[in-house]
Amino acid sequence: MNRALLQLVVARVREILRQPEAVFWTFLFPVLMSVALGVAFRGERPDPASVVVVEGPGASLLEAALLPDNGVKVRRAGREAAEAGLRTGKAAILVVPGDPLTYRFDPTRPESHLARLRVDAALQRAAGRVDPVPVREEPVTEPGSRYIDFLVPGLLGMNLMGGGLWGIGWTIVEMRIRKLLKLQLATPMRRGDFLLSHALVRVLFVPLEVVPLLLLSRLLFDVRVAGSYGALALVSLLGAVSFAGLGTLIASRARSTGAISGLINLCSLPMFVLSGVFFSTSRFPEALQPWIRVLPLTALNDALRGLMVDGAVLSALGAPLLILAAWGAASFLVALRVFRWT
Amino acid sequence: MRSSVSVTGLVKRYDKVTAVGGLALEVFEGECFGLLGPNGAGKTTTIEIIVGLLAPTSGEVRVLGERWGENDPLLRSRIGVALQETRFADRLTVREVVTLFRSFYPKGRDPGEVILEVGLEEKAEAWTVRLSGGQRRRLALACALVGDPELLVLDEPTTGLDPQARLRMGETIRSYRDRGRTVLVSTHYMDEAQRLCDRVAVIDRGKRIAMGTPSSLIESLGGDLVVEFVLSGGEVSEEDLREVDGVRGVRRENGAFHVTAGEGHVTVPALLDRLRDRGATPGRMMIRHATLEDVYVNLTGRHLRDE
Repeated sequence: MNRALLQLVVARVREILRQPEAVFWTFLFPVLMSVALGVAFRGERPDPASVVVVEGPGASLLEAALLPDNGVKVRRAGREAAEAGLRTGKAAILVVPGDPLTYRFDPTRPESHLARLRVDAALQRAAGRVDPVPVREEPVTEPGSRYIDFLVPGLLGMNLMGGGLWGIGWTIVEMRIRKLLKLQLATPMRRGDFLLSHALVRVLFVPLEVVPLLLLSRLLFDVRVAGSYGALALVSLLGAVSFAGLGTLIASRARSTGAISGLINLCSLPMFVLSGVFFSTSRFPEALQPWIRVLPLTALNDALRGLMVDGAVLSALGAPLLILAAWGAASFLVALRVFRWT
Repeated sequence: MRSSVSVTGLVKRYDKVTAVGGLALEVFEGECFGLLGPNGAGKTTTIEIIVGLLAPTSGEVRVLGERWGENDPLLRSRIGVALQETRFADRLTVREVVTLFRSFYPKGRDPGEVILEVGLEEKAEAWTVRLSGGQRRRLALACALVGDPELLVLDEPTTGLDPQARLRMGETIRSYRDRGRTVLVSTHYMDEAQRLCDRVAVIDRGKRIAMGTPSSLIESLGGDLVVEFVLSGGEVSEEDLREVDGVRGVRRENGAFHVTAGEGHVTVPALLDRLRDRGATPGRMMIRHATLEDVYVNLTGRHLRDE
C-alpha cells in the first residue's frame, strides 16, 4: 500500500472512532435492530388457531369435542360477535352448529385453512371416525431449519449493504458539500487512492458489523454457522467491498444530503424486499427470478445462507461470489470515471 | 528571468456571466506576485484555473513550463495551494492534517517543522474544529508548504485575520520567497499587496487594468503624495486646483478633495494660496503617501471595498 493511501485510511478511521455517535448508529444500532427482529421472528411454536363455536343447539358438544386438541383455541360466541371476530382476524374459523355443520373461514388465510383441517379431524374423530393408518408424530426443532436460521444471514447481508451505502455514500457527499475534497484535489493525491481508502475502511470495520450479530444470535437463539468461519469472513469482506463500490457510485454525482439519501433508499429498499432478507426470493414470479438473482444483496444473502445454513464450501458458491465481485469492480470503475470532484 | 506562471488571453464564462475576460499575466521565478482587486473581480477564478482546479473557457495557461492535462500529478507535486475555502476534517488534529497532506507529495518537509514555521505549534494536537479562522488559514498555508513546492499559490490568505496575524502570515510568505521560490497571492488589501509583493496586477471585473511594481504603479499617478482636505467655507472648482503648480490630479469624493502631488513643499503652499484667492477656507487637511488604493480609484473611479 502506498503512503498516501495508508494515511487516507488512517485519517478516516480516526475520524470515525472520534465520533462515538457515528459508531453507535453505524455499527451498534443495526446489530440491536437485528436482534430485535430476531426476537420478533424467532419462529417458535405457532400460536394455536382461534376457533369460535357459534351459539346454537349442540354448541357445547362441539366445544367439548374440540377442547382436547391443543392445536386450536376454542371459545363460544354469539353469531354477531363471531362474525366480527372472523372479519378482524381474531378468529381463524367459525363452527356453526346445524345439519350439516358449517365451517365459515377465508381459505386464503393459511391459519384458517389449517384450523379447518384440525377442527374437521377432531370433530370427525369425536363422532367415531377411525383412522385406518396408525401414525406417530415426531416434532423436530433442529437448529438450522428454523426461521431464525434463515433470518440471521439475511440480516447480516442487510447490514453489510447498509454499511456500504450509508457509510460511504453519505460520507463522500458530506465531504463534497463541505468542500473538503477541493483542497486535496489541488495536491498530487491520486483520485483512485481517495476512493479506494473508503472501501478499505469499510473492510476494516466489517468485523464490527458481523461478529456482534453472530455472537448475539448464537447466544440468544442458538444460531450456528454450518460452514467454515474463514469462508464466512471472506464472503462478508467481499460483500462489504461490493457495496462499498455501489456506495461510491451513487455518491459520485450527488450534491446534497437529500439527493444521496434518496439514492440510497432507491437502491436499498427494492433489495430489502426482493433479495430475500426476511422471506425467500422464491415467492416472486418466475419471470422476475433472473433479475432478482443478479442483485448484489441476493448474491450476498445466498452465499451467506449457503455457508451458515447448508454448510456449503466456497467453491460451491461461485455464482453469487462472481456476481458480488462484478458489482464491486464495475461500480468502482464507473464511479472513478463519473465522479464529481468539485 | 524565467517565467513561473504565464497566462494569456484567459477567458472563463459561466452561462451568462463572464468571470474572467481576456486576462494576461506573467509571474517570474523568485518573485512574490500579487493579484489585486475587489471581491468578485475574478481573482479566485483565475487562481483556480492556474492551479488546475477549473478549466478555462479559452486562453493559454502555463505553470512551471507545463500545461494542465499532460502530467497533472507531477505538476501538482511542484505546486502548493491554499484556497479561500479552508475547511478540514473536523476531528483530525493539526499535525494529522499536515501529515496527511505530506503523504500526497513524493518529497517534502517534516510536518512538525512546517507547523512551527506557520506558528501553530501550540495547536498541533488540537482538532481542526477547535481552530479560529486565522489558525485555519495558517493550517492551510502549512498544507501548501509541506510538499516543499517550487510555486506557492495563495487565495486571499489574510482575509478575516487580525492585523497581527496578517503580519505574521506576511512574514512566512516573504521568508519563503527569500529562499528563491515563487509566490502568487491574491488579496483585496492594497496595503498588504504594497508591503508584500514585488509586482502586482490590478484586476477589475475580470480584466487586468494595471500591472507593475507597487512603486511604479503609484508613480504612474504622477506623484506619490496625496493632499486631502475639506472646505469649511467658500467653494472652489476641481479645475481651479488642477492649474496649481505641482498638482498631478484632483478627485473630489463626498465633499473631500484628494489632490495628488509630486513635491509637497512646493505644492502645499501654492494650494493654500489658491484656496485663499478663491475665498475658500480649508477645514481638516492632511498629507499622506499615495497608495495602491489611490491607483485603483484613479483607474476605476471606485473604491476597492465599494462592492
